[in-house]
Amino acid sequence: MKQFTTFVKKEFYHIFRDKRTMMILLGIPVIQIILFGFAITTEVKNSRIAVYDPSKDEATRTIIERLDNSRYFDVAVYMDHPSETDNIFKDGSISMAVIFSEGFMENLMHTGHAQVLLLTDATEANTATAITNYATAIIGDYQQELLLLQKIPFRIIPEIKLLYNPQMKGAYNFVPGVLGMILMLICALMTSIAIVREKETGTMEVLLVSPMKPIFIILAKAVPYFLISCINLTTVLVLSVFVLDVPVAGSLWWLILVSLLFIFVSLSLGLLISTVTNTQLAAMLVAGMMFILPVVLLSGMMFPVENMPDVLQWLSNIVPAKWYIIMMKSLMIKGAGISSVLREVIILTIMAVFIIALSLKNFKNRLE
Amino acid sequence: MLKYLLEKEFKQIRRNPFLPRMILVFPFMVLLVFPWAANFEIRSLNLCVIDNDHSTLSGQMIRKVSSSGYFKLTVVAGNYRQALSSVEKNKADIILEIPAHFERDLTRDQASKLMISANAVNGTTGGLGSYYLSGIIQNFSADFQKKWLQPAGNATIPVIEMVSSYRFNPHLNYRIYMVPALMVMLLTMICGFLPALNIVGEKEAGTMEQMNVTPVTRLTFIFSKLLPYWIIGFIVITISFGVAWMIYGLTPAGSLLTVYLFAAIYILGLSGFGLVISNYSETMQQAMFVMYFFIIILILMSGLFTPVQSMPEWAQWITAFNPLKYFMQVMRLVYLKGSGISELTNQLMALSAFALFFNSWAVLNYRKTT
Repeated sequence: MKQFTTFVKKEFYHIFRDKRTMMILLGIPVIQIILFGFAITTEVKNSRIAVYDPSKDEATRTIIERLDNSRYFDVAVYMDHPSETDNIFKDGSISMAVIFSEGFMENLMHTGHAQVLLLTDATEANTATAITNYATAIIGDYQQELLLLQKIPFRIIPEIKLLYNPQMKGAYNFVPGVLGMILMLICALMTSIAIVREKETGTMEVLLVSPMKPIFIILAKAVPYFLISCINLTTVLVLSVFVLDVPVAGSLWWLILVSLLFIFVSLSLGLLISTVTNTQLAAMLVAGMMFILPVVLLSGMMFPVENMPDVLQWLSNIVPAKWYIIMMKSLMIKGAGISSVLREVIILTIMAVFIIALSLKNFKNRLE
Repeated sequence: MLKYLLEKEFKQIRRNPFLPRMILVFPFMVLLVFPWAANFEIRSLNLCVIDNDHSTLSGQMIRKVSSSGYFKLTVVAGNYRQALSSVEKNKADIILEIPAHFERDLTRDQASKLMISANAVNGTTGGLGSYYLSGIIQNFSADFQKKWLQPAGNATIPVIEMVSSYRFNPHLNYRIYMVPALMVMLLTMICGFLPALNIVGEKEAGTMEQMNVTPVTRLTFIFSKLLPYWIIGFIVITISFGVAWMIYGLTPAGSLLTVYLFAAIYILGLSGFGLVISNYSETMQQAMFVMYFFIIILILMSGLFTPVQSMPEWAQWITAFNPLKYFMQVMRLVYLKGSGISELTNQLMALSAFALFFNSWAVLNYRKTT
């Protein structure tokens, strides 16, 4: 045991003496939470729109006002002629043009028909769809009100309730994702590099002739990264609760337990990488390309997995972070009990056992 | 002198078991997988229905919703609690609750209410999903009104007809937008990380000492480190053009020469940045993490996934110093709108400034003493 603690101490010295890396390891979660929380939003906010309103009547004025007052749009340009739309999109600052037909209100009330054209700059398809949908919803609401005023019978009124996240904050979605990515990065990448580094600099030989069992040498390497992961877990949770106002709706203990399980899976992945690579460059490339990218892409952190082609959905099942993020969303945001994520817990446990078995097998081979 | 140094660098790259394969395989991997995965489009949300009415009308409505293409009916729940637990288990994303006496209320009291509850953990999906659903229901409602009112002819129903049309990309193909930008990300990862690890790798291996006692000048040394990545960058981007053309049928609307010119300047700047980090670092681990730190920020703030316009002002201000942003703009403008150099002078200046700045820094910072 004393030997083991000495080895752990040695690993801590490695980390503490490289101040720059340590700062980055502890700083990455903070930067990412701030970036995702305040700078990177997929929400459409204050899109600049142009308006062509030939009739300037009550209906068009109300619609324009509502568009302007909503958090999605800012009416930036009033056009004098519909042909101006050709130029208006050129510099990319206007994202939509709303073009009302002539005599809008009059037509609407007497013939029951009036037209609005929503012209969107669709170079970015997602924003374009979202913008069109929001505008359609705002105009649709107005139409509903008209119906109400006119006492038109037979109406179905849908009432919308947004569960878990009524203000539709982006933070609710990405906090679990950022956690998954950071834990994966630190555990898998750092551990593998720390081990391969000893091989590359030749000090592994020295360690292996010590009386310690090789497996404990490796375990000693994992301990500091395990601790750093725990610190980062705390940082992210504290930041998300106090800075981003994302509450922990479910049980904190289950949340921590589940995170520990994920940290364990990531650490064993790091161990696996270290057994198959011999240089730091290779370890980094393998970890970076095979683990970090798939986590960003296929885990559902940024992009919903349900919408991907079947092959990718199938592939995403072997990304451990996917299961972790599903669990975190359920436990942290939805406030569900552990019973609703039982399947994910089992999957991660099987993964952990499998990876550990595989890397231990490889590990022995390597010593010969 | 430079010739021998270059020969050494290329031999080192070629003899590495991972690097050459990586350089060839990585572009394929990113361009084949990314555009399909990086998609915010909401295609099919899982719908849970609670039908407390069991009438013809409620049946008709459920059919209309599930045949719309946006929703897939996966759960039929008996009560709200059941429905909610199906959302918690990720079996459903949105709940449509039809109250008892829905049809009777509609025909007798002339109005009925419905409840839509959407899982809004992902705010965008939840918001848009509930908008879609209420839109479909409003359409259904309008159809119903027409059927009942029109024959009687006692009222005109005001209907605002909304026509939407999409410019530049009428089929809303997100991949067209992503592929050119992904090439930038690809270049950034390869031509950013590899140089960052290069000099520090020599330091760690101890060969830097030998380098320092040769008559090689600082400029030549940095040049010999820079040129290989420049060439690798060109190989990578050429492969990317090929993949984009073969898989996605995507060719630039503008000139390919413009893209190459910008790529040349961009890679130079980026590799310079990598070398600066390499100069300052003592271990590869350190270099890698510092680089990772910057690249994550640069990629997230480049407008690759989320438009720069929707960032807050302070963040937009930061993006002014992000070379990725400029090169991404260039790629998208040339590929989609066919812009030429005259329209891209701003980006040209910015990228040249970055290249000049980082490479002079790399040269000045490299010391032949340890």
